[in-house]
Amino acid sequence: MAKPKIAFYWCASCGGCEEAIVDLAEQILPVVEAVDIVFWPCAMDFKTRDIEQMANGSIAVAFINGAVRTSEQEHMAKLMRQKSGLVVAFGSCAGLGGIPALANLTSRKKIFEASYHDCPSVFNPDGVEPKTEVVVDGHKLTLPTFYETVYKLDDVITVDYYLPGCPPTTDIIVNAINAILEGKLPPKGAVLSPDKSLCSSCKLNDTKPDQVCIGPIKRIIDIIADPEKCFLTQGLICMGPATRDGCGALCIQGNMPCTGCFGPTDSCRDQGGKMISSLGGILEGEDRDSLQKATKGLVDPSGTFYRYSMSASLLGSARKEGE
Amino acid sequence: MPETTSTIIAFVCNWCSYAGADQAGGLRLDYPVNIKLVRVMCSGRVDPQFVMDSFRKGADGVMILGCHPGDCHYRNGNIKAMKRSILLEQMLPTFGIDPKRFRLDWVAAGEAERFKEVVTEMSETIKNIGPLHLKGFVESEVA
Repeated sequence: MAKPKIAFYWCASCGGCEEAIVDLAEQILPVVEAVDIVFWPCAMDFKTRDIEQMANGSIAVAFINGAVRTSEQEHMAKLMRQKSGLVVAFGSCAGLGGIPALANLTSRKKIFEASYHDCPSVFNPDGVEPKTEVVVDGHKLTLPTFYETVYKLDDVITVDYYLPGCPPTTDIIVNAINAILEGKLPPKGAVLSPDKSLCSSCKLNDTKPDQVCIGPIKRIIDIIADPEKCFLTQGLICMGPATRDGCGALCIQGNMPCTGCFGPTDSCRDQGGKMISSLGGILEGEDRDSLQKATKGLVDPSGTFYRYSMSASLLGSARKEGE
Repeated sequence: MPETTSTIIAFVCNWCSYAGADQAGGLRLDYPVNIKLVRVMCSGRVDPQFVMDSFRKGADGVMILGCHPGDCHYRNGNIKAMKRSILLEQMLPTFGIDPKRFRLDWVAAGEAERFKEVVTEMSETIKNIGPLHLKGFVESEVA
């Protein structure tokens, strides 16, 4: 019997997800034994036309990481969807927008102004900006369209499974690959990580008093965090309550609060909204003035609460009509 | 633009603000027709996601009305609502949403007149700001 074919593709991402696959180390060997990798632009030399020539649905699983920011990424995502039986959104960017989607708090116009004009290291006396089409010496050159909004993968194609994380941890990747090879997958649309909040497996959970009450909100640069004490009780924003479990609380083991890369649990639609809800219950203060003071240290609320899930935010992007 | 096109969702707590709104109705007080009431058991039950979802689904303004501080039927639900509101108010402008589109206020069971005042004020505020158009999600942009 022919080995199942698998493919990897990257959209708007940093390459960390590709690194996560390499980080499987010797655990990747049985996988490579069991499957044929037919496409992996980051690591192997295949061309888009190789994929175009394959029969529809002939790839067993496509792992796509990265958010969708350009027309090329959307086109490739659609091509991979057409040729693959299963599509797995690999990592936070493909799942929820990830770090690239923080750009939704600004606009394409502002990004172009900063990148091609205002940045001190830019030398651009002619004010050139990338165009989707330009004619040079009679030859037409094209570039993909840069969208106004950064999308998550399931905004442009149907996604069968989600592997959360920035990047997904070795354990959940191995579990997912095994589940696929053994045909023991949950119903489609599932996130392949436990559906409970990170606090439930955090070792600091036991240090939490019955009534958590946090005073002025601090940033990690403001204090030296106590590694033996729940970060929330120290006034640090730890996204644990609004974040899915499955990473093994790696950041917390490194004495850093959770930043929420595994996204929300199934019962929650909007990670940022849930975090506000959670913090609202425990902030110290009974009146507006004292609460305003207590939240002064929260300099970037949306960047903190939606660090990895901006494309999934209920409020959309910062751009409004007329801009 | 006719003023009836704007929509304001008001989450009203069962014990004070809903009763206040009810009394306003009983007294035949006039208040703007674009206020749509959603009765909840407590203002503390209103998850910020409800507010965001209201905006997402087309509301131009959202209110949470609860018991006055100290009067909460569940002791401190309204204070929790206030804590959440403060964080939400800080976050809304980063999404390009005028924080005046969201308002938390207190209306007691006997304050029919106050209910009328608060919702009329909100309706005027929203009329001045204009309609809200959220963007940047898939329904409106990618085919």
